[in-house]
Amino acid sequence: MRFLGLIWSNLRRKKLRTSLTLLSILVAFVLFGYLVAIEAAFSMGVQVAGLDRLVVRHKISIIQFLPISYEARMESLPGVDAASHQTWFGGIYQKPTNFFAQIPVDAEELLDMYPEYILSPEEEAAWLSTKTGALVGRATANRFGWKVGDRIPIQATIWTKKDGSRTWEFDVVGIFDGAKQGTDLTNFFFRYDYFDEARSFGEGQIGWYMVRVKDPSKAAEVAAAIDREFANSSAETKAEPEGAFLQGFAKQVGNIGAIMIAILSAVFFTILIVAANTMAQSVRERTSELAVLKSLGFTHRGVMLLVLAESCWLGVTGGLVGLALAWYLISLGDPTGGALPNFYFPTDKLLIGIVLTVLLGLAAGIFPSLQALRLKIADAIRR
Amino acid sequence: MTALFNWLSQIGAVTWFGLRTIVQRGGSSASAVVGIAGVVAVLVGVLSMAQGILSTMDNSAAPDTVVVLRSGANTEMMSGLSREETKIIADAPRVARGADGPLSSAELFVIINLPKRSTGTDANVPLRGVEPPAFLVRDNLKIVDGRRFERGRNEVIVGQAAAREFEGLDLGADLEVGRNTWRIVGVFTEGDGVSESEIWADAGVLQPAYQRGDSFQSVYAKLDSPDGFEEFKDALTTDPRVSLKIQSQADYYGEQSTILVTLISTLGTLIATLMAIGAVFGALNTMYTAVAARTREIATLRALGFGATPIVVSVMLESIVLALIGGVIGGGLAYVAFDGFRAATLNWSSFSQVAFAFDVTFTLLVIGVVWAAVIGLIGGLFPAIRAARMPVATALREQ
Repeated sequence: MRFLGLIWSNLRRKKLRTSLTLLSILVAFVLFGYLVAIEAAFSMGVQVAGLDRLVVRHKISIIQFLPISYEARMESLPGVDAASHQTWFGGIYQKPTNFFAQIPVDAEELLDMYPEYILSPEEEAAWLSTKTGALVGRATANRFGWKVGDRIPIQATIWTKKDGSRTWEFDVVGIFDGAKQGTDLTNFFFRYDYFDEARSFGEGQIGWYMVRVKDPSKAAEVAAAIDREFANSSAETKAEPEGAFLQGFAKQVGNIGAIMIAILSAVFFTILIVAANTMAQSVRERTSELAVLKSLGFTHRGVMLLVLAESCWLGVTGGLVGLALAWYLISLGDPTGGALPNFYFPTDKLLIGIVLTVLLGLAAGIFPSLQALRLKIADAIRR
Repeated sequence: MTALFNWLSQIGAVTWFGLRTIVQRGGSSASAVVGIAGVVAVLVGVLSMAQGILSTMDNSAAPDTVVVLRSGANTEMMSGLSREETKIIADAPRVARGADGPLSSAELFVIINLPKRSTGTDANVPLRGVEPPAFLVRDNLKIVDGRRFERGRNEVIVGQAAAREFEGLDLGADLEVGRNTWRIVGVFTEGDGVSESEIWADAGVLQPAYQRGDSFQSVYAKLDSPDGFEEFKDALTTDPRVSLKIQSQADYYGEQSTILVTLISTLGTLIATLMAIGAVFGALNTMYTAVAARTREIATLRALGFGATPIVVSVMLESIVLALIGGVIGGGLAYVAFDGFRAATLNWSSFSQVAFAFDVTFTLLVIGVVWAAVIGLIGGLFPAIRAARMPVATALREQ
């Protein structure tokens, strides 16, 4: 601790160089933040998938409909706690690029199936009593500036109404937040009874089911039992845990995670070279100073630690400021304007980032500090 | 004239001197080069992915081909057309006619789940039901193995990209979808276009298999010439019997790929911009170091009568040369690593897989090198100014 002042004045020796090194480390960690957020977004919310929830879809593909009668049959199977249905509405708000999911659901079942959606009791009551009501995730509501009480027109692309019109109007009765970081707050839920009565075709047909099992450890067995129940019917099913479903979906997009990690490693390697080089240079320039320190009685190890502390200070300071900046920028929202629903800085990755700041400092300082350790006073002073 | 020549030769001498000593400052120069190479490689690599998807869409779009959907629908999947509507479209003016009638194919578009070879997990594969004129409408479609399916039979042909990306799509194999079994009788190419990611069947057989009655989802038609589009469109939009969305194939595919391409290029540019900022700091550091190392040299030159401008220009040239070396290395890396790399991803608009090849075009390489040059320019500017402003007397005394 006594040598803090010494480290500090060493850092201030070339203020410009220290600042530039700090800034490049800072940028590296902002980049780190963005990369982990992008990776989380591309994993489609697998991290927050309900362990006790299954997704049951048509075996051929999710675009094929299932009959609504399956719900009661599934609920009568042992191991099934509750089932609820969802359907893809695929409507457009103002223009096609304003993409977000609209899903007709059973009002009560939704609240029961997704305890992670946080609503006030008044909002819940309004949702249960308003047939044209809609529950909107916080992210989508903020994106379009919607408030409770607004009437939102959505243009149907698939579901024309019985009267031939394609405009569906919904009353926003509640805006939900997520109980967990990473909960999808882009969905727009509205009521199936309204939907089924007004749509011009497909009555009694729904898109897919969410099923809650009684015992998460038996999820696979229950999924198999559901598929057996509907085998050889006109609409066979494929049931799988929500996590596996989302992961499958993420894999359809491609192995973005691997690409991101490859880029990240490349960037880190680059920054490491730059920072390590700067450190090495500043040690080389101070060869005679270090020799003087040693001749004043500093031990070899002491001098080495001095150099190492300097590079760790650079890594940690630049890194922490970078992480904080990344946290702030990411909280401003998705840079693509809505294409990535789950855009957030995962807390566990933040911890990895903090560890990396120290590692970067150590790795950048290791060679210069070893150089300082081995430095012989006689050679150095003679130079 | 002599003054100009003198000025230029000063720049030349100082720059040459600086460049020759780069090797002596190897570590510092190399780190700037590596940083800039990284930026360019990432930028070009990611943009080549977006470019590859665009190229795939472009390859499919013939200027004289139109895509007709139900009004209000954005994609084939959301659309629905009755047989009567498809007949009205086929009989519209300016539709080209062949020996067997109008070159107009009413089509069905569904997706089926097949495991992707690369991950082993289910992916949404497009299955298209077409009418016989489809092969005349898409005239660059070629059967490369096997034969076309026969009308009325449970036979399919598969695109080459689909056969490569998804399991079980081998010639002669049976494809089981729900309760239907389809025999794979041919493999086709379509000039690296979108259709190569698809499986094709006879629309008449696909309709009952998917309980579609006698309905379709889209009509692909060939016009007698590309300039017939307006007339064709006007005739149909004024027809009270139908309410349709009429687009040229290029516009349709452009719209289909907008979300995906925007997503990839936005993210790619964001990452590359952050990296570029980092690289600017790296370049600044390198050039400040270079200037510091040459303090006495520069001061000596100034004392000998060299002007400030040649010093500024030479420092900046040195920085730009380093940046360009980095840019070329990065572009080369991206070309070697990514060009032609085949992948498939989910096109959000059609909710189905589209196979594409990364496309590192000359334009992208130029963009990459321009980025590198800009980084070099900014990285060299401030150190150059410092070098020029150095007071000669104190600088000469520096160690």
